[in-house]
Amino acid sequence: MYDKKVRRRRAAVALLVALSLLLLTAYFGESYGGALHSLQRGVLTVLAPIQDGASKALKPFRDAIGWFGDTLHAASQRDKLEKQVIQLQQQLIQAKAEAATHVDLGNLASLDQGSSLDQYQPVTARVIVRSPTVWFATLEVDKGSGDGVRLDQPVVGGLGLIGRVSAVTSNASQVTLITDHTSGVSARVLPGGDRPASALRSTTGVVRPSVGDPNDLLLEYVDPSEKVEPGDYVVTAGSSSGPLESLFPPNLPIGQVTRVGSGDADVGQNIHLSPAADLQALEFVQILTDPHPDLGARAQVGAP
Amino acid sequence: MRARSLSPAWRLAILAVLAVTVQIGLLSQLTVFGVPPDIGPLVVAAVGLLLGSVPGAVMGFFMGLMVDTALLQTLGIDSLLYIAVGYGAGRLRELRDPDGTLVPLGVGAAATAVTVIGFSIFEFLLGVDAPVSWLLLREIVVTVIVGTLLATPVYAIVRRVLSSALPDDPRRRRRRAYTTGGLSPLTRMRG
Repeated sequence: MYDKKVRRRRAAVALLVALSLLLLTAYFGESYGGALHSLQRGVLTVLAPIQDGASKALKPFRDAIGWFGDTLHAASQRDKLEKQVIQLQQQLIQAKAEAATHVDLGNLASLDQGSSLDQYQPVTARVIVRSPTVWFATLEVDKGSGDGVRLDQPVVGGLGLIGRVSAVTSNASQVTLITDHTSGVSARVLPGGDRPASALRSTTGVVRPSVGDPNDLLLEYVDPSEKVEPGDYVVTAGSSSGPLESLFPPNLPIGQVTRVGSGDADVGQNIHLSPAADLQALEFVQILTDPHPDLGARAQVGAP
Repeated sequence: MRARSLSPAWRLAILAVLAVTVQIGLLSQLTVFGVPPDIGPLVVAAVGLLLGSVPGAVMGFFMGLMVDTALLQTLGIDSLLYIAVGYGAGRLRELRDPDGTLVPLGVGAAATAVTVIGFSIFEFLLGVDAPVSWLLLREIVVTVIVGTLLATPVYAIVRRVLSSALPDDPRRRRRRAYTTGGLSPLTRMRG
């Protein structure tokens, strides 16, 4: 009797483990259009309105809990912002001085022009779900193919680029953040602070995440001879031809350089930057539904 | 007239749906000490601890499947980890029958640790092509601490939801042991 019970218990657990391994193997091996992926998107289509409703209904609770955290961090944030204001004032004075002397401010001006998002037909979406693990840096938003959202479209939020659309259903989409370990964005560096605007005219690289630290990005493959310094701006390169065609339009802010190390031979300088957008406090994002006139199906960034 | 109570299976199904809804609708958008709290492994561990290894493993499989589906993650990873958590907690109950206020705390900490570390191992096995920050280690430790803090309230809620379905409520068993010397009233009358 006891043996029978033990055998039955072991069989049940073995069956469940086998089912899980089968699912894992099949899912990992199939493409985005495979049966399990399609089933998952189908479930998301059904669940999205429920998740959206739950997200809205539970917002007062989130706000109440968030209020305590905000209060605790208010003092440190104030000090940090004061320093930023001083730094930005210095940068503004420097930029005005250079403009007055007819220095070429093309790079910085293009950052401002490029940040005008209207030309990319942005669709504003609400964040309804976040991935709870430190490994999957993804969001789910309440806009889908019915709103013009397509796979691999860039997503911005707060002050800069946050990621790209990685799955789409009719009424919801998944956004893979630039801090996800599958992400990589071609980028270029613009001089910041009191550096002349003509510096670093063609410094490009690839922005990769530092898994486990949502406030740190790495800029890799930068020419070691280029002098990148803390305070420099990093924006999307937005190359539109050749093998490095980017999914992202040019000049979207990605972040600001925080420190520069020597790095190794493979990736050039070891450049760390802080994301322009606060990726942990996003409530609304904008999906750029027309990011590039000749946007192709090729996925330079984060494609499996 | 007393309303007919739900069967244990229905209670578990409702508990799973509610837990996943609260997790993705509320908790995943909050951060405590910089990490989002995850009640998934805590609920599965509590079910295992209260109902045994097979219900714990079954609950783990289906809750993992729901989480992976809702978050568009790789199917099967959370299921495997939650099966381990549910089965382990259930076996602890069946072999040791622990009876103490700190048991849910310890089991919650172990469940969170198994899930977070197991998830990290799976990600390494499936191929991580980005540099991994040392902060990941800190996040794992903080996640385990947050899970430990949440373990007792989650266990209390799960016990309340499953109260009528429990094979032997630990509190009732304890009370009976103190007042009757471990014998039921029927046995005492026969004696």
